Amino acid sequence: MDILIDQFFNVAIMQKAFPLLLKGLWMTLQLCVAVILLGLVGGLFVALGNLSPRRWLRWPTIVYIDVFRALPPLVLLIFIYSGLPFAGINVSPFTAVVIAFLLNNSSYYAEVYRAGLISVAKGQWEAAASTGLSRSQSLVYVVLPQAVRNVLPDLLSNTVEVVKLTSLASVISLSELLYSADMARSVTYNASPLVLAALFYLVLLWPLVRLVSHFQRRLAA
Amino acid sequence: MERFLETFFNPVVMAKYAPDVIAGMGVTLAIAAAVIVAGIALGLALACLRAYRRKVLNFFIICYADIFRALPPLVLILILYFGFPSIGIRLSGAMVLFIVLSLTLAAFAEEIFWAGFSAVEKGQWEAGIATGLGFTRTLAFVALPQAVRLAMPPLVNRVLAITKMTALGSAIGVVEILSASTTAQSFSGSATPLTLSVIAYLVIFMPMVVLARWLENRTAWKKR
Amino acid sequence: MAKRPMLEIAALEKRFGDNTILKQIDLKVAEGELVFVIGPSGSGKSTMLRCCNRLEQPTSGDIIVDGRNIMAGTSRDLAQMRLQIGMVFQGFHLYPHMNVLKNVTLAQRKALKRSKAEADVRAMDMLERVGLAHKADAYPSELSGGQQQRVAIARALALDPKIMLFDEPTSALDPELVGSVLKVMKDLKSKGMTMLVVSHEMGFARETADRVVFMDGGVIVEEGTPDEIFGAPKAERTRAFLSRVAG
Repeated sequence: MDILIDQFFNVAIMQKAFPLLLKGLWMTLQLCVAVILLGLVGGLFVALGNLSPRRWLRWPTIVYIDVFRALPPLVLLIFIYSGLPFAGINVSPFTAVVIAFLLNNSSYYAEVYRAGLISVAKGQWEAAASTGLSRSQSLVYVVLPQAVRNVLPDLLSNTVEVVKLTSLASVISLSELLYSADMARSVTYNASPLVLAALFYLVLLWPLVRLVSHFQRRLAA
Repeated sequence: MERFLETFFNPVVMAKYAPDVIAGMGVTLAIAAAVIVAGIALGLALACLRAYRRKVLNFFIICYADIFRALPPLVLILILYFGFPSIGIRLSGAMVLFIVLSLTLAAFAEEIFWAGFSAVEKGQWEAGIATGLGFTRTLAFVALPQAVRLAMPPLVNRVLAITKMTALGSAIGVVEILSASTTAQSFSGSATPLTLSVIAYLVIFMPMVVLARWLENRTAWKKR
Repeated sequence: MAKRPMLEIAALEKRFGDNTILKQIDLKVAEGELVFVIGPSGSGKSTMLRCCNRLEQPTSGDIIVDGRNIMAGTSRDLAQMRLQIGMVFQGFHLYPHMNVLKNVTLAQRKALKRSKAEADVRAMDMLERVGLAHKADAYPSELSGGQQQRVAIARALALDPKIMLFDEPTSALDPELVGSVLKVMKDLKSKGMTMLVVSHEMGFARETADRVVFMDGGVIVEEGTPDEIFGAPKAERTRAFLSRVAG
């Protein structure tokens, strides 16, 4: 029992690692903001292309969504970070992470938006058009707010996934939360910093996970 | 263009390392299959237990599901792989990957099946119990089949997302597709093995994406 | 009554593949006139109405509103022209995420570019007119069907349209709520609004319409004053329809 506590819940080591992990958390948060915002916007455009009546817009977005949903995000990340330099394109770890995860999560967000946009009754588009609003005005003021509300739980649970995804950045040595914790682990030969990182993630994400469950229950009722 | 092809589609490199990547595909598929079976079975069992509405038990089930939905799998993988040996539990990388991904999938599957149970009309339960089936048999023969059907589309999506995470094995020395190709990349000094890994993943997961899309469209149809 | 036509439908055709929904429709609605369109379901009357602001794209023909052909021009021109054509739907189609006031001001502000103050004043006027000024802060889900439809009428009126199209405005309402909507329509007519109405409310047609048009199988079978159509229909199809509806 003692060895268990010493290995995983060593308070002294946690205290020592805390400042380093806090720095890592800051990087994680920066990554989250960049990846989530870009994903939300990019996903919307992909979804709109996907629902377009124009075939030359629809087919490429279908392929885009399916390919990037099929590829593991880590594979995309390694490909961009280690593969592109062979073609003379060097990207910083931060940029590599943002690009890789944007490709991945914009496809996921796009699927969510698509479901939301489809769920809004056709009559809403018609009512908006009949009052002289343009297509884009109808989308922005009338249809999109309803679409987002209808799929809020899915948008939220996808966002939780994106935050978790940022931990993969540690694989290419970007000093975010998990990387910092693993650094501390390898220096101290003790897993407590990793447990501390897990606690950080829990504090960050447990409320969101609860919220997702709460929304889902309300929609089911 | 030529340089691009030479870098990412070098035929000599492809031929040389394709066997390694194909072997990696075998590992990926084996772990993925084990994770799917174990994760879904555990998730379904937990959702069924939760239907009995025992307060203490449900509290633990909900906590488990919440924690494993909130934690990035890579964190758990590192804790198990690097932390457990020092308390005398030495697990292979593949075993760590299997355990963590199964537990993660189970947490999501439990929530998805539970949502399915919640969506089954109260009248269905009442009808089952009124016809003398008793709670357990009503659960098994009336509620469960309906819950499973409702759960299919989100479950397939989640299975897809989690089996893709077998790529995390590359961080702890599991020789699956990604680590086979990164190893090949450093030996060959070419990006082509990475292209091979992309192809390998598309071969495995594209059918699942198409299946997920088909299931979603089918249920969307029925709603109308 | 030699008033200029506010709406002119000329040689309108609508086909879906091999299926012809509308054949050579010609119809004029004069300024201040209320034209009432009746006919069995599937006769094409709603499609004709929806062609008038191009929610349904006509296959050929012309739609001329106050001298301007809405079949010509870019999509921006179309949005401008739709401002002059108010439409009321069977299903109301209020925006559920906005309160009543915002429902009525949205297009005023975004399409007509009115200021917020101006749009609010205009909206309150129109809500007053349909008897719902006290519901300005309510959300559509808190209103009865009849109230929602009256808000939808106010939403269209607030844009100062030259003509109002009504697509079965009372068909989705409980019987006891129909009267309140018809009353608003009658009031509109008395204030000189030009109206084209597709509906099954024969009593209302008899009382208020200037002209009644009977459609069947995608063509206009017969048109005339309410007395002519309801009192002495000439065509056999009209007689059969009216006796079915009455019986």
